[in-house]
Amino acid sequence: MSSIIASDLLKPFKLKTKQQELLIRVSILCLVYILAFITRLFSVLRYESMIHEFDPYFNYRTTLYLTQNGFYDFWNWFDSESWYPLGRIIGGTLYPGLMVTAALIYRLLHFLRFAVHIREVCVLTAPFFASNTTIVAYFFGKEIWDSGAGLVAAILIAVCPGYISRSVAGSYDNEGVAIFALLFTFYLFVKAVNTGSLAWGLASAFGYFYMVSAWGGYVFIINLIPLYVLVLLITGRYSMRLYVAYNCMYILGMLLAMQIRFVGFQHVQSGEHMAAMGVFFLMQVFYFLDWVKHMLSDTKLFQAFLKITVTFAVAVGAVALGVGMVSGYISPWTGRFYSLLDPTYAKDHIPIIASVSEHQPTAWSSFMFDFHILLFLFPAGLYFCFKRLSDATIFIVMYGLTSMYFAGVMVRLILVATPAVCLISAIAVSATVKNLAVLLRSKNKVVQTGSTKGTSSGKASSKASLDQSQPFQKNGAMALLFGAFFLLSKYATHCTWVTSEAYSSPSIVLAARGAHGNRVIFDDYREAYFWLRQNTPPDAKVMSWWDYGYQITAMGNRTVIVDNNTWNNTHIATVGRAMSSYEDEAYEIMRSLDVDYVLVVFGGVTGYSSDDINKFLWMVRIGGGVFPVIKEPDYLVNGEYRVDKGAAPKMLNCLMYKLSYYRFGELLTEYGKPPGYDRARGVEIGNKDIKLEHLEEAFTTSNWIVRIYKVKPPNNRW
Amino acid sequence: MKNLSFLFIFGISFFPLLCFSFDPETPTDRRVLVLLDDFSLKSSHSIFFNSLKSRGFDLDFKLADDPTLSLRRYGQYLYDALILFSPSTERFGGSLDLAAVLDFVDSGHDLIVAVDASASDLIKNIATECGVDFDEDSSAMVIDHKSYAISGTEGDHTLIASDDFIQSDVILGKTKIKAPVIFKGIAHSVNAANNLVLKVLSASPSAYSANPKSELSSPPLLTGSAISLVSVVQARNNARIMIAGSLDLFSNRLLRTAVQKAGSPDKYEKSGNEQFVTEISKWVFHERGHLKAVNLKHNKVGETDEPAIYRIKDDLKFSVKIYEWSGKSWETYVADDVQVQFYMMSPYVLKTLSTDGKGLYHASFKVPDVYGVFQFKVDYLRLGYTSLSLSKQIPVRPFRHNEYERFITTAFPYYGASFTTMAGFFIFSILYLYNK
Repeated sequence: MSSIIASDLLKPFKLKTKQQELLIRVSILCLVYILAFITRLFSVLRYESMIHEFDPYFNYRTTLYLTQNGFYDFWNWFDSESWYPLGRIIGGTLYPGLMVTAALIYRLLHFLRFAVHIREVCVLTAPFFASNTTIVAYFFGKEIWDSGAGLVAAILIAVCPGYISRSVAGSYDNEGVAIFALLFTFYLFVKAVNTGSLAWGLASAFGYFYMVSAWGGYVFIINLIPLYVLVLLITGRYSMRLYVAYNCMYILGMLLAMQIRFVGFQHVQSGEHMAAMGVFFLMQVFYFLDWVKHMLSDTKLFQAFLKITVTFAVAVGAVALGVGMVSGYISPWTGRFYSLLDPTYAKDHIPIIASVSEHQPTAWSSFMFDFHILLFLFPAGLYFCFKRLSDATIFIVMYGLTSMYFAGVMVRLILVATPAVCLISAIAVSATVKNLAVLLRSKNKVVQTGSTKGTSSGKASSKASLDQSQPFQKNGAMALLFGAFFLLSKYATHCTWVTSEAYSSPSIVLAARGAHGNRVIFDDYREAYFWLRQNTPPDAKVMSWWDYGYQITAMGNRTVIVDNNTWNNTHIATVGRAMSSYEDEAYEIMRSLDVDYVLVVFGGVTGYSSDDINKFLWMVRIGGGVFPVIKEPDYLVNGEYRVDKGAAPKMLNCLMYKLSYYRFGELLTEYGKPPGYDRARGVEIGNKDIKLEHLEEAFTTSNWIVRIYKVKPPNNRW
Repeated sequence: MKNLSFLFIFGISFFPLLCFSFDPETPTDRRVLVLLDDFSLKSSHSIFFNSLKSRGFDLDFKLADDPTLSLRRYGQYLYDALILFSPSTERFGGSLDLAAVLDFVDSGHDLIVAVDASASDLIKNIATECGVDFDEDSSAMVIDHKSYAISGTEGDHTLIASDDFIQSDVILGKTKIKAPVIFKGIAHSVNAANNLVLKVLSASPSAYSANPKSELSSPPLLTGSAISLVSVVQARNNARIMIAGSLDLFSNRLLRTAVQKAGSPDKYEKSGNEQFVTEISKWVFHERGHLKAVNLKHNKVGETDEPAIYRIKDDLKFSVKIYEWSGKSWETYVADDVQVQFYMMSPYVLKTLSTDGKGLYHASFKVPDVYGVFQFKVDYLRLGYTSLSLSKQIPVRPFRHNEYERFITTAFPYYGASFTTMAGFFIFSILYLYNK
């Protein structure tokens, strides 16, 4: 659309074709840049400029600390407000890229005399980087195919829901910056491979450094690139360009990555990074062999030498790996990594990973939801790539295939696959449209390099082509072009609809439709956190399930026992155990952790389904994983999880049930239903007469979504 | 004008002293409400009451069913302590009830309860709430056929003589009570679930609780030294409660009578009752055994200010001052068993504090090589004394990035290796590039 307008406007001006083309391209890119930004602003317009969800609150809190106390305090920050009483070394356990980026933008804006609040910067960081990603996508597309594909890629990625899901305004999370960094690193690396230039290799090393500083997903890069190099070696595409690019990128990237405290020596010691090192050594062997081949004229001798060297190199590598593994110098793969390779691993071994909804295997529908027509264009793009194999297309094919696999393993990794899917689809769109356009305009002398969908269709003449013999070819091409145009416009509307409906809710403020179609806002979370901030002693310790930890520390400014940085499984299991024990047993646990308040999230009144009762089985599983006294079957009836009269007796009397349903039995939630009717689960609760002995209700928000209880001191006379 | 404002400030600053309320600075009680079944008790127990009056207590005698009865007005307690010498009261007058009495105790006030054979359910319930269970049988009394008090008439052996005291100088005073205490009343047992209640005066192993007027049809429920005659409770907020199974224990008659325990040749001119009730009332009303800990301080060795956070392996000094209330003033408390814990889920450091004899307890130690949110904890629980449990939270952080040791001698080979590599690379580059 934009290009039509642009070209219409440009008609009066007499410009050379090349200049025209450049102008169109630049204006398309500018429009895409703006589009990528504004399509992510739904949440700001609908709610307010606020931070979303869970992890972003931690990022926001740390950014605030960074801007207030400076980099060195941030770097050495020991946070005593989370993981009580263990504390957390924040500086050494986070990826600082996002915070540093936001703080730099904030500094820059203040230097330019824009007195913005750091929150606004944080809210808009992700959309800003999404815009930058579109530019990178353009250059990447240009590098692997042509500038037409680049433009289509930029447009596709600007609105692709798979990416928008993690980069709407307010979603101040690592991924927002990291996808930019990921694509940028890949682009620079491909550029380095294509040019064989040390400078591009260096640039890709720095891109990699930025990625490492921003997100744990950098492991994908450091495994994909060696894999790519390996494939090139196997397919006989080894070249000096590749040698320069990879060695420069790996060595410098590694040294830079080790500067991030959270990564540190992991980069040379952990199993996940070993592939890169192995390929590095393999490269040297290759180079050496090349040199020997060059020096030796006798092929037979060389063959023998090759055999010996390869065997020797592989043997040395295997022995080194084995010794490193056995001696513990090389740490084995982490559970998270295993669960990526084997989707069932987490379910059996690490409940804490399996409990997170975004770590679930992806459903088909969410592929459709996040990719829409890209799902069909992707194989077509692969076809084009295979038709025109080059180092660059091999890279994008590998990126696409591996990331698609990971996207199938975990919902959240759709995000990583999105740029690849967009790029490959862009190749398909661009190549198809270009072929069709060439067909239609075969009489015209102008070579169509601008690629967007409908550009040529309007001007297409209906004259028969010169060298083709099929009679309806022009009409067919025309129809196909309209089809493509129709599909792409469908894609655009779908993306906008998904963004507006599904991905723009902050989840900290809930919205529902009222009986008269009006919007009802539930602002209970902030109400509760504000209550904590205002009404509890500053050193009060709040126990809640770990999901709410970051929000409590960021908004309530109170110490929490566990939070979303799930670094200590035992501590989380202790909380899970407390929640699933009887009140008196839980009281002992809470006393030992100095807990002053307990916070539970309850959706029975509003019908909010992601509350603690629905998460409860995970608390039982995680608690039971460390403390075998907690057994999952105790909370189930014939393998069924229920909260009504037929529920298991332990379920009806455990702390979580009591705290969620305390005084709920007297409440009439829905007309025509008995009191104590749980709207989230659609049943009448089984235990309406709940008495608390060691806790007392301190605060319940207006819609009962958050309930806070005070832990009483021990009985005075007993 | 100046004078006026001076007077005003003077008045304001002395206001807390003017209104006699319980105050942590002077923990001894002042105003005591005595509830009686009838005013004749005032004269029959006058020795006990006079002893209290002579120690400076302001006794306010009221009938238990007085309709104006009230412990608090405008949110303030009117009394510091309550003596319930009204065993047969079924319900109190005014706004007083079971919950009000318990609230009174739970807000740090003291209580003496004495019952006799006519004990009502109300009074028994108060005792039960404090961890003491009276015999269910309302007609039962403590009977002891071996260690009864020999009196003129050969009775039913319900007047017993006991000398099985708790071994605590703090509760019963330094002077040993020589004469046995004469007791005539009902038995109670201490609830095993309550670890705050103490038996001060126990019955002898041959005692049992039964109705003295009827034949014993079944074995008595309470026997032997499980029977407590007088018990005390020190609540967690240091409120003190005494529960006695006999109201006569405090009476002039038993305070003045001569006593001889059956089977014992010793005959005493005067029973031990007077000393016993006086000493134990001193303890209950905080004239003895009340400790306070103040000035809890900690700092790095060589500094004076209290830091907001420690670093691992810091050397620190911890000090606290502990005083004992003598009834009139705060005296220094000297003991060698006060300990401090540096605690995070479990004590990482446990150190006995050394004292300078003037109330200052101190210790120095090294912060363990573990970071986290620690607490300085002093948990001092000694029989008879008020419990001291202080805790002060302090985070401990790891080293900053620039606090690690640099230029370590053992690492010189590594430094050497890296610099040689750099130099070698430099020379190699020059040679390779320009030496053709």
